[in-house]
Amino acid sequence: MGPSFGFYNQGGVVSDTAIERSALGDSLAIGCAVLCAALGLLYTFAGTDLPININGAMLAIASALALVYLITHPTNRAADRAEGYMDGPIRVATIACVLWGVVGFLVGDIAAWQLAFPALNFDLPWISFGRLRPVHTSAVVFAFGGNALIATSLYVVQRTSRARLAGKWAPWFVVWGYQLFIVLAASGYVMGVTQGKEYAEPEWYVDLWLTIVWVTYLLVFLGTLYKREEPHIYVANWFYLAFIVTIAMLHLVNNLAMPVSLLGSQSYSLFAGVQSAMTQWWYGHNAVGFFLTAGFLGIMYYFIPKRVERPVYSYRLSIVHFWSLIFLYIWAGPHHLHYTALPDWAQTLGMTMSIILWMPSWGGMINGLMTLSGAWDRLRTDAVVRLLVVSVAFYGMSTFEGPLMSIKAVNSLSHYTDWTVGHVHSGALGWVGMVSFGAIYCLVPWLWKRKGLYSMRMVEWHFWLATIGLVLYITSMWVAGITQGLMWRAYDNLGFLKYSFIETVEAMHWPYIIRATGGLLFLLGGIVMAINVWRTIRGDEPVDIKDQPAVAAAPELRPGVIAVPAE
Amino acid sequence: MASEKHFDEVTGTHTTGHVWDGDLRELNKPLPKWWLYVLYVCILWSIAYWILYPAWPSLTDYSKGYLGYSQRAEVANDIAVAKAAQEKYRQGIANTALADIPKNPELMQFALAGGAALFGDNCSGCHGRGAQGSVGYPNLNDDDWMWGGALDNIHKTISFGIRNGNEQAHSTAMPRFGLDGALEPAVINDVASYVRSTGGLEADKDAATRGAAVFAEQCSVCHGEDGKGNQELGAPNLADSIWLYGNSQKDVVTSITTGRGGIMPAWDGRLDPVSVKMLTVYVHSLGGGK
Repeated sequence: MGPSFGFYNQGGVVSDTAIERSALGDSLAIGCAVLCAALGLLYTFAGTDLPININGAMLAIASALALVYLITHPTNRAADRAEGYMDGPIRVATIACVLWGVVGFLVGDIAAWQLAFPALNFDLPWISFGRLRPVHTSAVVFAFGGNALIATSLYVVQRTSRARLAGKWAPWFVVWGYQLFIVLAASGYVMGVTQGKEYAEPEWYVDLWLTIVWVTYLLVFLGTLYKREEPHIYVANWFYLAFIVTIAMLHLVNNLAMPVSLLGSQSYSLFAGVQSAMTQWWYGHNAVGFFLTAGFLGIMYYFIPKRVERPVYSYRLSIVHFWSLIFLYIWAGPHHLHYTALPDWAQTLGMTMSIILWMPSWGGMINGLMTLSGAWDRLRTDAVVRLLVVSVAFYGMSTFEGPLMSIKAVNSLSHYTDWTVGHVHSGALGWVGMVSFGAIYCLVPWLWKRKGLYSMRMVEWHFWLATIGLVLYITSMWVAGITQGLMWRAYDNLGFLKYSFIETVEAMHWPYIIRATGGLLFLLGGIVMAINVWRTIRGDEPVDIKDQPAVAAAPELRPGVIAVPAE
Repeated sequence: MASEKHFDEVTGTHTTGHVWDGDLRELNKPLPKWWLYVLYVCILWSIAYWILYPAWPSLTDYSKGYLGYSQRAEVANDIAVAKAAQEKYRQGIANTALADIPKNPELMQFALAGGAALFGDNCSGCHGRGAQGSVGYPNLNDDDWMWGGALDNIHKTISFGIRNGNEQAHSTAMPRFGLDGALEPAVINDVASYVRSTGGLEADKDAATRGAAVFAEQCSVCHGEDGKGNQELGAPNLADSIWLYGNSQKDVVTSITTGRGGIMPAWDGRLDPVSVKMLTVYVHSLGGGK
C-alpha cells in the first residue's frame, strides 16, 4: 500500500474545477478565521467578566494563528494534488491524546491525594478539589478519550472505506478546534466558570464552539463514508457514527441554556428541578454509553482484528449487539436517580433497561475476546495485544457491574459512595484507557511509517504499571464504597444513626491513600507511554524489533510487502 | 474489496465474504446460544417487573403495577415506624424536667444515644468528633465552662448560642482594646505578660508588674481581680492552664487587641426541643457537667 491511490484523482491531472473548488474552500476557511478572530477580540475587550475576556483572547490568538497558516499556504496545483490518505490531522490528534492523557492522569492523581490529605488544597481556589475534579474528568474523558476517538475514527474510516477524508481544511479544523474547546473548558473551570452539570461543565459559549466543531466532525465522517469505495460499511464505523450522532444530540439538549448576557460567561439552564436532573443523567449516562462505550467499541472492532490478524468472531453478533446496545443505552439514565424525586415509573424503566443492556454490552466483549481464537499465543508475545484484550476483560467486568448497581436494592447501598467512583474507573482506566493505549501503540508506527515501536519492553512496563494501578484503584474503592454505604445505614437499637458523617469520612483515609497510589502507578505508565511514543515518532531505531510482530510495522514496511508505485 | 467467501481453518467457519483494508474479515458465526438465552431471561424478568411495579407512562398517568408499590409511601411508612418506636422516649423527655432526666435510666440511655448522634452531625464540625475542641472552639470534656456548666446553662447556650444576633443569645463581648485604640500596643504587651503569669506561664516580670495595674483597671471588672473569670458574662478563667486561643505571648496579645468574640449558632428552631434537651444531657455527661 503506497501513499498514493488510484481511487482518487484518476489520471493524476487536477482539473480546473478542482482547483477552483479548493480555492473556494481556502477563501471560506479564511473568512471563518477572520470572523472567529473578530469574535475573539470582541470578547477580549467587551466581555463583561474576566474569564470570558481571557477565553476571548484564546479564541482570537488561535484564529489568528489559523489565519496566518491559511494565508501562507495558498492553493497551488502541485500541493493540492491530494493523494492517498489524509493522516496529518490524525497525527496531531494522536499526539494530543497522549499529552492530554498524561495531564488528565496527573490532575486526577492530585485530586486523589487532596481527598486523602485535604491540606493539599493549599487554600488556593484555582487548584481546589472542586475545580480540579472537572479539569480531571474533562481531560481524561474529552481530551484523552476524545482525541483517541477522533484519531482512530478518522484513521479507520479512511482505511475501511478506501477513501481520503472529506474536506481539505475541515479535518484540520475538527482536530485543532477540538483542542481549543478543551483549553477553553479547562481554563474556565480553574477560573470558576461552570454550569455545574457533571461532564457538561463548560458554559454556553464553549458549548456553542464545540457544537460547530462536532457538526464539522460529523460531516467529515459522513462525507468520507459517502465517498467510500467499499460496498459495505465496516462495523467499527457503525459504532463511530452512532457515537458522533448521539453525542451531538445529547450535547445540544442537555446544554440548552439562556445566557445572562451575550457578553458574559454565565447562563441559566432551560431545565429545573427533577427535569433538570433527568436531562442531565440522560446526557451523563449516554456520554458513558456512546462516548466511552460505542466509540471505543469502534476502536476495538478495528484494532483487535488488525493486530491479531484474525477475522471478527461473529458478524451476526456484531449486528444484533450494535442495534440492541444503542436502543437500550438511551433508556438507562434514570438509574442514576434511584430514590430521588424522580417518579417510580422512570426509575423502573431505567433499572430494567439497564438489566436488559447487560447482554448487548457483553456482545462486544464476546466479539472482542473470541476474535483471538487461533491467536491466543499473541497474548504472551505481544504486550499491545495484552493491553487490548485486558481492556475488553475490564469492559466485560464494568458492563456487568453497571447493571448490577442499577438494581434498586444494590443501588440503595452503592449510591453516593466511592463504589460508584470505582465502577467508573474500572471502565475508564480498564476499558477506555487500555484500549486507547493499545490503539496508540498500533497507530504510531503506522502513521509515522516506522518499522515498529521504539521499545516493546516499555509497553510491557506500561501494561504492568497500569494494571497494578488499576487493581489498587478498584479494590480500594470497593472497600471504601461498601464501608461507606454500610456505615451510613447503620442504626443502633434505639433508632439513632450509629456513625456521624465525619466518622465515615475518616474511615476513607486509607482507602483514599491506596487509591491515590494506584493512580500514581497509572500515571507513571502514561509517562512511559509518552516517552515511548515520542522516541518512536522521532525516528529512534527500535531497541527490540525482534520482539515485535510484523504487524507492528507500518503497512508499507512489513516484510514481503513491496511498495506499489502510484498508478 | 472484492467479495470472497473465505474458509477459516481455525474455527471451521466461512467468513461473510466482506473484506476491508486488506485483511479485515468477519466470521459468519451464529449468536452464542447462552448469550441469547440470558438476554431473553433479562427481558422476561423485566416484563415481570413491569407488571408488578410502576413502569410505563401514558400522557396523564402511569401503570401502577400489580403490587401497588410506591417509593414515597414506603419511605413515609418507614419514617412513621421509626418515629413510633421512639415516641415513648421522646414524650418522656418532653415531659421531664432537664434535671430529672439523669434520674430515669431508660430516658437517660435514650437521651445519651440521641445526643451522641445529634452531636456528631451538628456540633462536631467545630467542637470535634470527641468534643475535644480546637483553637477557638472550646473543649467540652473538661470542667472549664465559659457560660456555665450546669444543665440549665448548657441548655441556654445550645438553644440560643453566642453573639449570633439571636435576642436571647449570650451577647456580652470583650472590648477590642487594640483595634479601638483603648490601649497602646506596648501596654497590651504588658497586660498579656501579666495574664500569662496568672496562668502560671513564664513571663517578663517587669512587664507583668506594669500589666497588673492595667489589668486591675481595665480587665478585672469582667475577669475578676484574681483573673478567675465570670460565667455570667462569659469571661473565661485566666488563672487556669486552659487557653482557648493559645497561650503564646503573641496569641494573648491578639486576644486583647481584637477581643476575639467567638460565635456559636442558636439551635433552637433548627433542632426540635427534645433534641436540644438530649444534646444538653449528652454534653453535660461528657465529663465536666456541674
